Amino acid sequence: MAWFKRDKKGIITSTEEKKEAPDGLWNKCPNCKKALHYADQVENKYVCHYCGYHLRIGSKEYFSVLFDNNQFTELFENLHSGDPLEFKDNKNYTERLQESYTKTGLKDAIRAAHGKINNHDLVIACMDFNFIGGSMGSVVGEKIARSIDYCIEHKIPFLMISKSGGARMMEAAFSLMQMAKTSAKLALLSKAKIPYISLLTDPTTGGVTASYAMLGDINISEPGALIGFAGPRVIKETIKKDLPKGFQTSEFVLEHGFLDFIVDRRQMKNKIGTFLQMMKS
Amino acid sequence: MNTTFDFEKPIADLQGQIDKIKQVSEKTKVDMSETLTELETQLARTRKDIYSNLTGWQNVQISRHPERPYTLAYIEMICDDFIEMHGDRTVGDDKAIVGGFGTLNGETVMFIGHQKGINTKMRQYRNFGMANPEGYRKALRLMKLAEKFNKPVVTLIDTPGAYPGLEAEERGQGEAIARNLLEMSVLQVPIICIIIGEGASGGALGIGIGDRVLMLEHSWYSVISPENCSAILWRTWDFKERAAESLKLTAENMLKNKLIDGIIKEPLGGAHYDPATMASTIKDQILKDLHKLRSRDIDTVVKERIEKFCSMGVVVE
Repeated sequence: MAWFKRDKKGIITSTEEKKEAPDGLWNKCPNCKKALHYADQVENKYVCHYCGYHLRIGSKEYFSVLFDNNQFTELFENLHSGDPLEFKDNKNYTERLQESYTKTGLKDAIRAAHGKINNHDLVIACMDFNFIGGSMGSVVGEKIARSIDYCIEHKIPFLMISKSGGARMMEAAFSLMQMAKTSAKLALLSKAKIPYISLLTDPTTGGVTASYAMLGDINISEPGALIGFAGPRVIKETIKKDLPKGFQTSEFVLEHGFLDFIVDRRQMKNKIGTFLQMMKS
Repeated sequence: MNTTFDFEKPIADLQGQIDKIKQVSEKTKVDMSETLTELETQLARTRKDIYSNLTGWQNVQISRHPERPYTLAYIEMICDDFIEMHGDRTVGDDKAIVGGFGTLNGETVMFIGHQKGINTKMRQYRNFGMANPEGYRKALRLMKLAEKFNKPVVTLIDTPGAYPGLEAEERGQGEAIARNLLEMSVLQVPIICIIIGEGASGGALGIGIGDRVLMLEHSWYSVISPENCSAILWRTWDFKERAAESLKLTAENMLKNKLIDGIIKEPLGGAHYDPATMASTIKDQILKDLHKLRSRDIDTVVKERIEKFCSMGVVVE
């Protein structure tokens, strides 16, 4: 028998007296499930201060973590997708785009900006996973291409932050050709001897891995990020076996020789700053 | 032909009737030539009708016809001499990508292509035309070799995709393809790429950066196969026909969208109906394009190659 008994059943607080917790003030760490306060997250560069898990963040957060005083000039802001194939699955592509604009406040799955890191000029192009799974379509390709042109013209190093499920199916072969486009531009950047840092974050897969993400002068990542060409589910279906633990994590990719180092987000700015300093002197 | 697709049934039926009448006429010594001529005209018309109005999915089916010629068959029919070269000099020799120097009317050309198997055993040996990173690295090694000796490169593309396996990931499938895209865009010799069957995604593009990118009439080229597209969008393979339409993956659509430079006509019904004619058409096209590319300064050729790929995509400002 219970020691205490409830007199009245149900919720009895009236709606007027209900206290609203502002949306997004508290967040649960997906790894250790502990509650994280928003202010603490910002303070700790969106890394869980209990378990060190790196929360998935977007361009807004990465810019604030990396750029000095969060100051930057956004580049090529107004590019957005056309619908060249009039693609339709359960929804029209144009509808899907409209929904994503409203939901995320973004114009596509990437933003580019020019700012400073520890006083070194840097252009960062950063993908946003919230926008149709961070998929790479014409806008992503074009913004990267223009950012590289900008870097060559102004002789500024380029940091690409990848976070993507791969090519955007709704632009089909146009998406595929963005792999060619970005890689060709990177060849020109390389010829101009301008440093290119590729930061692969959780998750980086598909056509993004098979183009610009793997082509850095240095390829770097954050702890525990999923990095691969084929997705784990597809590989599992192909080989009809369970995948080994830690397969396709950034640690695994480092071990196999495709990353230069893994850096904690809280030390990232200084480490990139040091690298840029070394390339200068 | 052993494999007949559903949409080819009217052709097979007519052919059956013709064969039957021929037999009867032989047996009974009755002259049926008038009926025969009529049926044959009808057959020719039906074939033309069917093959000039194929849907996206029907094209995909033809591109996968088991008797369709593959890379090595074309090389044998096109080249006077051919020396196959093996290995990426790092890990091994991938059987799904083949390559080597061949001679075309006296000119040396580096041929590289995906290779599928011609029977069950060979299909396994060739991994169904799905290359591992070693395949892409072998391709790059051979392209660099061609560049060193100033020989043009011709790639023949026919793959259902790069192999999505465990070892492929360990050895950097993504990096291998990415490296090829970068290196091919600035390779200092002319490159001609021809999609001869299936052009699926990064696995195809990994040897697909060229000054001239051409598709055989019934080949397809896209970011994903129709089956996998259907699986992702509808969680089942049942919508593959619809996916094939949506992806606009036919040669005609690809040319219309300015994502390729030209289409090579196939013999009526597909390359497998007349491989020799197909090979000689391909050979003529290669020679014509090589001649044009060779007559120009290589710096301009490379610059235009980069500009071509950089102009692809549709954005609104």
